[in-house]
Amino acid sequence: MPDYAWPQAEHRTLIGKRIGRVDSPAKVSGQAKYTYDVHRPGMLYGKVLRSPYAHARIVSVDTSAAEKMSGVKAVQIVQGPGATIHWEGDEIVAVAAVDEPTAEDAVRAIKVEYQQLPHLVSDAEPPSGVGEGQGPLSMDDIDDMLDNQVPSQQMVSQIQQYGITEKPSEETLKGLKSDGATDAVLDAIRAATVHPGAGGQPKSNYQKAAAQTLGDPDKAFAEAEVVSEGVYGIPVITHCCLESHGSISEWTDADHLLTHISTQNVSGIPGQMAEPLKIPASNIRVHQDHIGGGFGSKFSPDRWGIFTAQISKKADGKPVRVMLEREAELKVAGARPSAFARVKVGAKKDGTVVAWQSESWGTGGPGGGGMPPIPYVFNVPNQRKEHTAIRNNIGPARAWRAPNHPQAAVLTMCALDDLAAKLNMDPVEFFGKNLDIAKPRGDVYGEELGIAADLMGWKQKWHPRSQKQHGLVRGVGVSFHTWGGRGHSSDCDLTIHPDGSVELKMGSQDLGTGTRTCILIVAADTLGLPIEAIQLQIGDTMYPPSGGSGGSTTIGGVSSSTRRAAVDARDALFAQVAPALNAQPDQLECVKGRVAVKGDSSRSLSWKEACSKLGAMPLTIRGKNPDKSKPPDLTSSGVGGVQMAEVEVDTETGIVKVRKMVAVQDCGLVIDLKTAESQCLGALIMGISYALFEEKVMDPSTGRMLNADMEFYRLAGLSDIPELVVKMMTGKGYDERGVIGLGEPPVISPGAAISNAVANAIGVRVPFLPLTPDRVLAALGQKAGA
Amino acid sequence: MSDDDPNVKDRDLKPDNSGVSRRDFLRISGISITLPLVANPTVVMAAGQEVAIHGPGKVPMEFSINGKKVKADLEPRVTLLDALRDHFELTGAKRVCDRGECGACTVLLEGKPAYSCSVLAIEAQGKTVTTVESLMQGGKLHPVQQAFVDNDASQCGFCTPGFVVACKALLDRHPHPTSDDIRHGLSGNLCRCGTYDGIRKAVAQVAQKGA
Amino acid sequence: MRPFEYASPTSRAQAVSLLGTTWGNTEILAGGTDLLALMKDDVVSPKRVINIKEIKDLHGVSSGPRGMRIGALTALGDLADDTNVKKNYPALAEALIEAASPQIRNLATLGGNLCQRPRCWYFRNGLGLLAKNQVGKELVAAGENRYHAILGNEGPAKFVSPSTVVPVLIAYGAVVRLEGPKGKRELPLEKFFVIPKADGEREHDLSSNEVVTEVVLPPAPGLKAAHYEIRQKDAFDWPLAVAAVALQMDGSRIQSARVVLGYVAPVPWPSPEAEQSLRGQAGDEETAQKAADAALQNAKPLSSNGYKVQLARVALKRAILKAAQGGAA
Repeated sequence: MPDYAWPQAEHRTLIGKRIGRVDSPAKVSGQAKYTYDVHRPGMLYGKVLRSPYAHARIVSVDTSAAEKMSGVKAVQIVQGPGATIHWEGDEIVAVAAVDEPTAEDAVRAIKVEYQQLPHLVSDAEPPSGVGEGQGPLSMDDIDDMLDNQVPSQQMVSQIQQYGITEKPSEETLKGLKSDGATDAVLDAIRAATVHPGAGGQPKSNYQKAAAQTLGDPDKAFAEAEVVSEGVYGIPVITHCCLESHGSISEWTDADHLLTHISTQNVSGIPGQMAEPLKIPASNIRVHQDHIGGGFGSKFSPDRWGIFTAQISKKADGKPVRVMLEREAELKVAGARPSAFARVKVGAKKDGTVVAWQSESWGTGGPGGGGMPPIPYVFNVPNQRKEHTAIRNNIGPARAWRAPNHPQAAVLTMCALDDLAAKLNMDPVEFFGKNLDIAKPRGDVYGEELGIAADLMGWKQKWHPRSQKQHGLVRGVGVSFHTWGGRGHSSDCDLTIHPDGSVELKMGSQDLGTGTRTCILIVAADTLGLPIEAIQLQIGDTMYPPSGGSGGSTTIGGVSSSTRRAAVDARDALFAQVAPALNAQPDQLECVKGRVAVKGDSSRSLSWKEACSKLGAMPLTIRGKNPDKSKPPDLTSSGVGGVQMAEVEVDTETGIVKVRKMVAVQDCGLVIDLKTAESQCLGALIMGISYALFEEKVMDPSTGRMLNADMEFYRLAGLSDIPELVVKMMTGKGYDERGVIGLGEPPVISPGAAISNAVANAIGVRVPFLPLTPDRVLAALGQKAGA
Repeated sequence: MSDDDPNVKDRDLKPDNSGVSRRDFLRISGISITLPLVANPTVVMAAGQEVAIHGPGKVPMEFSINGKKVKADLEPRVTLLDALRDHFELTGAKRVCDRGECGACTVLLEGKPAYSCSVLAIEAQGKTVTTVESLMQGGKLHPVQQAFVDNDASQCGFCTPGFVVACKALLDRHPHPTSDDIRHGLSGNLCRCGTYDGIRKAVAQVAQKGA
Repeated sequence: MRPFEYASPTSRAQAVSLLGTTWGNTEILAGGTDLLALMKDDVVSPKRVINIKEIKDLHGVSSGPRGMRIGALTALGDLADDTNVKKNYPALAEALIEAASPQIRNLATLGGNLCQRPRCWYFRNGLGLLAKNQVGKELVAAGENRYHAILGNEGPAKFVSPSTVVPVLIAYGAVVRLEGPKGKRELPLEKFFVIPKADGEREHDLSSNEVVTEVVLPPAPGLKAAHYEIRQKDAFDWPLAVAAVALQMDGSRIQSARVVLGYVAPVPWPSPEAEQSLRGQAGDEETAQKAADAALQNAKPLSSNGYKVQLARVALKRAILKAAQGGAA
């Protein structure tokens, strides 16, 4: 049985080193092509008429003027009379024309009559007087909950509590499964009480889940020696990918579709387009070279991807490009749900946390939204939790990098930090005291906490919460996080040609995470070749399928499939080469571009010479993940992470500046240390943005998003970023865990760490992110009793 | 021609010299005025002199882009950015905010960094336009580009061309920039993935070595 | 953008005669950094765009004993680099550098900076300067007003004037010159801005067929001036409060002062209260705080913008101290 296991540190030539990103040159030279850059012969340009109302019924649509316009090639009604719109910006009509100006003119010529309905776009106020009655769940409701990443356990309890409106077919259940429904949820649906005819009622905006209890919270609070209470929250934000969503679709013949799409899920797109387009998935080809950001929002073709293909068909199959404008991108292409909570935590005098109580609420748009996993990381033994989901018209939610975890971190770490302050304890000491309830990674956190504290200079910088009221004040804060990250299903084909050239094909995508580079590192390290000797092709459904880049599952998946393919290819090569070296195949090794007999370098062939033994035909090997027939498991699940922030606050203006951030992160075996560090640096920066600047601002009266642009939807600029220190945990205790995902974990903690640092600096908690001057001044004012 | 004739084709030279009459505005208030033909400019009298009125249909335009003379027939409302991307296949400059806020569309106009989304193609005529594509010479990366590569200053890469051009402009003006120079020089470019740390290091590398 | 005709006149008279006699039909294109965004958002939809950049005598900066004449088409970046500006009006140079990113500063002109439209997100969403919905309901007071006016907001106009450079120009005593069909006129810069009171009214004393031609700054020998802006981001960002101060000092005492606040009212906000409070005082912290309090004492915050009162106070206090301690570097 070949040994697929990751090589030991001393045998690694490339794995774990700092290797430059292979697609950097293409990106810096402007040659890298993204979907938005693609120009197909005869391409038409699509534009969309969008609803100006947050909640409305469409009464009539008159496209006649648009259809008559010169240069307009096709018009398609996406949502017609009778349809209900649930957020401003939702698509009504699509137009394809010879150029964008013509398409825009055509959209302006379309007349739509709306019946406005009442809308709700707020979420920061705690819902009051919300009854528990919410009516049975329809399959659409269940779909919304899946879209909003409501945890399986909560879905099951709601299905059991409220029942369903109709019994779904097995087809529908299969559809729900592919949308992410767990077996537990499917079983709950199968067993649920059906309330037919109850689905027509107007739904309440508030959807209260049954309270969850663990242990005996009342007793624990009664016995707690210190109790801290507060309100905490984190708002709705958007992904704001720089490359907006969209695609270019064309019909190469009546039944075959070619689509260039900005996606995190190349291999998974055909399966989502087949049914709506009524063609077999095997007739759909997807291609993408580069993607300008996804962050969880680009797994599906989306409604606009489907109608782009449909309108292309109407236009004689000509390629049609629909890329969302920035305004639409921020309004409809996904939002991260908000989460707010009143939290009460109790502890013993020595800092041991004993009780947790929370009433939380939040929104993910029309689907409501689930409770974040609180209390987060620290499994407080006695808990009571209640959550109310607010259904409103802010726009649809989508998975945002580490869904629900940034929210959970803020609600938990800020509440616990306030408790530590009440105990007058250094948070590092306080959290350190509670690591045994941070299972299963208590010891990892302990190690990381110590390193973070050193790198931050925590001991020199921490002080009890500042009583200083004037001038500039500084403070530090800490947060912990966790994530899964097991490698996803991935197939790849590795081919060795008799002339020595090597190629690898995989239907994966590189979001800027360094996927291409890591695949090449694994293959090159295994074959003893330089990276330049291997040609890698990704991003096309012509290549073996590899999973969508979500859940931080890519690195584990692609590195495992590549490793297995490379080991098998190497062994198959050895079988051909061994006779020429007068040796057995299992005596050979690939090292420094040669195939040699272990321990006898005089008996070796150059890679080229060795490959010539393959004869006339190239050798192609399929590698897979998972693959139980080829142990060991090369990936596993479960990472920790500790982050610290140092801030400086101008108490006169309420302006917060981050002065330093430290991230200590484990992710099992690191394939490329350089790109891994960049993932953490980037996540810290994204974290500073959402801690200080980002929020989706909705106008209560018109129901519109007011800041659907990049001046008032603020992102951190270069000079907003301070000293950033990243330490990846590697070596013993980490490497042997196999490859675990890194894309999401480091973006979880910055909001909480920065909020804790601000509380330390100004002596009072600013309850809600983003930590804008008005919120900071309000907290300072409250503290001064002003 | 009547006032509500939307097909504005050949307009007569206005006999009076006190400017353009109000009627002329009404002529182009019709719904569809994208002319299929490229028209020569209409000439009107304004303050006793002839002034060419271009558009609203396509206007023949000539540009100097990366040292080459190129032509396209475009409506006046087409931005320089869209002309570069959709007509000249120079897709390095990206369309992200399209409002002059994020820097992804940065090009050099007469050697100075500018947001190409905020310049009409028609007014970019007669000015030198330099895009990121011109920086690589003979297959070799420009020092700014190389520094980006060395310092891992790209992730998804969508903001990268805009940053590369802005950095080049910054370092051309300030070969040894102070932190204030960098603050100001790069304040007009945004990155969502968070590559600022690498970009800062890239600028420092070029400043040290000299561009 | 909607389709439009485009012309590039080469003289002021040509430009004036090509411009419409009422707002809505034509727009002036200078730097384009505001106009193109307004057109893409369909806030303005001119049928004809008049590019004035070919008008030679609108360019150029000249300095002399009678002060400085700045052509309206001077790019903000060029103005910031001008040695005479840096020497004689250093607070202006400072304000210009902070005002925008380099890409904007290379395109945007001084005239355009004066004429730029508000950032108010209701206005930019096509709901008008007075921010009303289809049935005429005013949206700001009951809506999202965190960035709206705290002064001069008694009427329906609640937006804040958007230029970060105008306050310091006013503090330096700037005069703006215009040319239109009735000829030339000039007015003190602060009078160029007006608060619209009814639908259809605009925020500038400017006809649709007038062109801003130049800004003139009187000589400012010995004037100690400072510009201070408060914004959340360090990278380019619209300010939350701006203060510009020009002090005539007599030793360590303030003889007279010009104080102008920005981003607090629908117009740039000179503060006679602050100026009065500073007269004859020492340029110290207590004086600065008193003057700042005086400037904001009549502020009437809306439901979510009370913090701007504090920020404006702090901006003014710091500007006064900066000016008194030597002014802009």
